[in-house]
Amino acid sequence: MVDMKRDNNKSTGVNDAVLQIKDLDVSYYTDAGRAQALAGISLNLKAGEKLGLVGESGSGKSTMALAMMNMIKPPGRIEGGQVIVDGTDLMALSEEEMLKARLSKISYIPQGAMNSLNPVMRIGDQMLDAIEAHDSTISKNDMKERSRSALESVDLDHHVFRMYPHELSGGMKQRVCIAIGILLEPKVIVADEPTSALDVVTQRQVMETIDKLRVQLGAAVILIGHDMGLMAQFVDKVAVLYAGQIMELSTVTEMFTDSLHPYAQALISSLPNLDNKGEFQGIPGLAPALLRLPSGCSFHPRCEYVMDICQTDRPLPVEINGRTVACHLHTNKEPAASQVIKS
Amino acid sequence: MTELLEFKNVTKVFSSGLLTKTSTTAVRNVSFKLAQDDPTIMTVAGESGSGKTTLAMLLLGFIPATSGQILYKGTDIKNLRGAERMIFRREVQAVFQDPFAVFNPFYTVDHLLTVPIKRFKLANSKSEAHEKMIEALTAVGLHPQDILGRFPHQLSGGQRQRINVARALVLRPKVLVADEPVSMVDASLRANILELLQSLKEDHGVSIIYITHDLTTAYHVAKSIMVMYRGTVMEAGSVDRIIKKPEHPYTRLLIDSIPWPDLKRRWGETDIKAREAAIEDISEGCKFYGRCPFAMDKCKVFPPLFQLNEEQAASCYLFDENKQIASEKLSELLPV
Repeated sequence: MVDMKRDNNKSTGVNDAVLQIKDLDVSYYTDAGRAQALAGISLNLKAGEKLGLVGESGSGKSTMALAMMNMIKPPGRIEGGQVIVDGTDLMALSEEEMLKARLSKISYIPQGAMNSLNPVMRIGDQMLDAIEAHDSTISKNDMKERSRSALESVDLDHHVFRMYPHELSGGMKQRVCIAIGILLEPKVIVADEPTSALDVVTQRQVMETIDKLRVQLGAAVILIGHDMGLMAQFVDKVAVLYAGQIMELSTVTEMFTDSLHPYAQALISSLPNLDNKGEFQGIPGLAPALLRLPSGCSFHPRCEYVMDICQTDRPLPVEINGRTVACHLHTNKEPAASQVIKS
Repeated sequence: MTELLEFKNVTKVFSSGLLTKTSTTAVRNVSFKLAQDDPTIMTVAGESGSGKTTLAMLLLGFIPATSGQILYKGTDIKNLRGAERMIFRREVQAVFQDPFAVFNPFYTVDHLLTVPIKRFKLANSKSEAHEKMIEALTAVGLHPQDILGRFPHQLSGGQRQRINVARALVLRPKVLVADEPVSMVDASLRANILELLQSLKEDHGVSIIYITHDLTTAYHVAKSIMVMYRGTVMEAGSVDRIIKKPEHPYTRLLIDSIPWPDLKRRWGETDIKAREAAIEDISEGCKFYGRCPFAMDKCKVFPPLFQLNEEQAASCYLFDENKQIASEKLSELLPV
């Protein structure tokens, strides 16, 4: 879908996307009914690209991460769509094949690093476990070697190999999680708010570490979060998620200087900046409950440009100069925009 | 004139161990004042472990200070008894970080509002209590009919955090301690809560101590700031000056590491010298010694505060040509 994007890395054609997500639908079945957490998500990502996925709580950010890892648990269900990593459709894999694909093709850095390590196992043993589960033919020494160099690449001392999680600080634990995530050199790294519990200095160190590894491995990185500041400093492209739909997908420069979707605009102008001290511009209203989505466009009750059609028809994503936007304000402009691309 | 609230050289040491005592100085020699009739918003900023929450606990009287005095309207809070203590309890209120944990899930949110009204006998009748609740909820921008009678899980994080502010507001406080009130609230609702804090100061004359690690929001909401690191005040003064022109190497690192949502301001060029693991604590000297790119020999002795200009002071020997300022004089530099 998004193949007209700017060509800043040594890509050769449109099919070199390392990650393709096509029409991904995820729903949760609850006693109160079916909640559609993701609806028709499509995006492409090239090797080495950094995509930011932003949205309020309940917008489907974490569901998206779990769906990409094929880790949605009941009552949730992936209803359709494909997640293709490096030519393999993850949704078509068996449980066992998927186990192998996690970490070696796509890896996940979870939100609370404090809670994702086993407190009674040494860091080193947890790393060896991860390698052994994927390839038991590697000798113990090679595994150790690989774990040590992974720790080194996240700037941790080799002593950490022999330590327990409680002996490490929050930032160090988060870096251990990153080290485990890159042990098998994945093609795609999904980081779900990797720094939300850390303070700014540590946050910068962790993000620098992730960036260094992205270059080393040539992997694509998806950064999930709601901190637009972090997005501005880190990613190349931003996808704005609202009630399970991508409202806009643009490069970070376009997003900050000239966002198309009213929700994206409201999000950008709610940001604190140095120049507008003391001005607060929140977004009025509340994010909709997924069980009771508004008719038509899910943002229309909070939108200041709401039109009649917004209340009845759900806008489909259209492409404008390589950007994707789902809004009736821009639906009509589609032919004009694609003519520009062709000419 | 007596001050509303005054910290006089307050130090808090936590010790543990039965035979070999190990102790941590969580707050070291901190002084500041809040004036009786000039409501202000003061930020206490610092990363985790800087002692900012300990400061809040001391201020609320939850833990006693190891040395120094905390005065409320001229009386040490540890000597407050009876009616005076109730007044202190009523007039110094808190809003905490986690808008989920402060609610009892078995009660409707009304409970959180009625308990303080009953406890402090603020209303003579049920209908008067109800009126007070409605008034407070409206003041924080909520529609009472949407809120009353609901259970906490039926409300969003932003709504819950506003109810917490409403609860404090019912008691007509003089001081509000807000410990990271927005860190768990969605970015789009953050602005609303901060706006609310500001209007509490303007319309209700409440002085606010805003405790945070997020310097962007501090800049927007506060007048003055104290930057803490491992229990000591590193730099203090006007928030405008410190965010725009930080002087202490630690504050510079901190401000340089803020990811500003601004494409023209790129993330810090200053290198982070030491990884947090490699820092040994030199207990007598500057706490930032191990990470400081300008560390000198004399930093092994604790640096006093040096006054940089009329609204800024830093605890660092880089500025030792400036005049020293005693810790208890620091609040004179803080604008209100």
